[in-house]
Amino acid sequence: MAISERLSGNEAVSFAIKQINPDVVAAFPITPSTEIPQFISQYIANGEMTTVYVPVESEHSSMSACVGAQAAGARSMTATSSCGLAYMFEMLYIAASNRLPITMACVNRALSGPININNDHSDSMGARDAGWIQIYAENAQEAYDNFIQCVRIGEHKDVHLPVMACQDGFITSHAVERMELIETDKVKAFVGEYNPEKYLLNPDEILAVGTYDTPQYYMEHKKAQTEAMKNARQVIKDIAKEFETISGRKYDMIEEYRMEDAEYAMVIIGSSAGTAKEAIDELRTAGVKAGLIKVRVFRPFPLEEIAAALKGVKAVAIMDKTDSFSAAGGPLGAEVKAAIYGKVDGLVAANYIYGLGGRDVRVEHIKLVFDEIAELVKSGKQPETYKYLAIRE
Amino acid sequence: MKKLTEIRWHGRGGQGAKTASLLLADVAFSTGMYIQGFPEYGPERMGAPITAYNRLSNEPLRVHSNIYEPDFVAVVDDTLLESVDVTAGLKEEGAIVINTKKDPKELLPLLKGYKGKIYTIDAAKISLECIGKNIPNTPMLAAMVHASKVMDEQLFLDNMRASFKHKFATKPEVVDGNMKALSMALEEVKVYEG
Repeated sequence: MAISERLSGNEAVSFAIKQINPDVVAAFPITPSTEIPQFISQYIANGEMTTVYVPVESEHSSMSACVGAQAAGARSMTATSSCGLAYMFEMLYIAASNRLPITMACVNRALSGPININNDHSDSMGARDAGWIQIYAENAQEAYDNFIQCVRIGEHKDVHLPVMACQDGFITSHAVERMELIETDKVKAFVGEYNPEKYLLNPDEILAVGTYDTPQYYMEHKKAQTEAMKNARQVIKDIAKEFETISGRKYDMIEEYRMEDAEYAMVIIGSSAGTAKEAIDELRTAGVKAGLIKVRVFRPFPLEEIAAALKGVKAVAIMDKTDSFSAAGGPLGAEVKAAIYGKVDGLVAANYIYGLGGRDVRVEHIKLVFDEIAELVKSGKQPETYKYLAIRE
Repeated sequence: MKKLTEIRWHGRGGQGAKTASLLLADVAFSTGMYIQGFPEYGPERMGAPITAYNRLSNEPLRVHSNIYEPDFVAVVDDTLLESVDVTAGLKEEGAIVINTKKDPKELLPLLKGYKGKIYTIDAAKISLECIGKNIPNTPMLAAMVHASKVMDEQLFLDNMRASFKHKFATKPEVVDGNMKALSMALEEVKVYEG
């Protein structure tokens, strides 16, 4: 029997970590992820976990401690946000290229400046090319479910990559919602023991980690890393299916909502997907054939799934909760357009930057976007390369 | 049929408006509802105006935005009436619940022509009497349950006793005071229908 609970996103993820009881957690507090190491410290102090908590002086060190621990053969986890993630930047690449399946709770918050503590995706999107798998949650339930699956995905023998389990800072991390927890014995059985094939503390096989790589080998190592990321696609699907058997909840690379006969679509990541579903129901009642593609997994990028879902659609709005300052739009906009190139003909694709620094995203905003893309189809006009949603001029 | 109640709480940092929204979410959850309880976060400090929200429904909740057209508004500190537009978007078939020593008629000029029901309660007096401290959020919670009718009052009291017992496991002596504050608030809350 599932356990009905009311928890915030941070509480839910902390509870997942408690259930998994990893070998090592190394973290440095930063809003809005601070509660996660705080709760874990309390669990450890109460004797409810046997995890070794490494109190560090910075995020550069927390990721370094995770890299060291994971290389030694220990299941390691951390949590961070915003500038904390930015401060890990160098070590993120070390974790991924050394193929260390660390699991990170990333509670998305805007990067400075201007200094801001609220939600957008600029932090994790800034690290999108670091070689980490990235999975995003819509609500506290998904933050919990994703985190449990992330451990299995990263540690899978065909993958061996670190994973970021992302959720929207404050919007889900600090909002209490009704959700279901899975019994601890089931979570433990699902996640299993961590038994790495190769690890530093194995006396039977001497190993070096983090060595210099010459031009004769570097590209082959990068090729192996990209193959691992490609493999992650199938592993993510397989583990989602297995997770469904213990939770009853379905997950995939993307979630399609009312896309069967959709003429107008939105592609979005994170908590605003729920708001968009409400808007789409209202639009459908008014006779507009609107639908949603929620990108759950951003790395590896679900290019085939998105292209297939957009077949037959007249216009799509691609929503970026960050600006990449390419002067050409946001990262999701660029990657969705690349995914449909040569695959979907005649589709009008508009890219919006929205919700930066905690700007509230309302049902009305989503409906406005659908109005605008429908108008583009009607008038035969091409969209601007990208635009800011509901901005004061 | 979908039944959704949206509530906005106005208070000052340190008065427990956020806690009140979380307690309401908690007690509504325990009666089987789908709930959201969340504050609007920023650089808060003691005394600064803060806002918190509740969505309570018999169906799963999907919207993740603040609430602009609430069914009910709670004002935990009546000095906010002069500086914050507390009735903004408030539905007229709903109500506003204000912690005040004043008569509702005195407050009317500050409510920008709001035509719905006005509930008042002296939460400071009740909490001082029952808990020994000025913790207005406990009586305000009861007043909101009374005004919004989101749940049966006896069911609310029963669930709150369990919740307080859990929350104050290390100091059970305060449970009775808090329960007394809830009951007194349910009795003393006054309604003005203009």
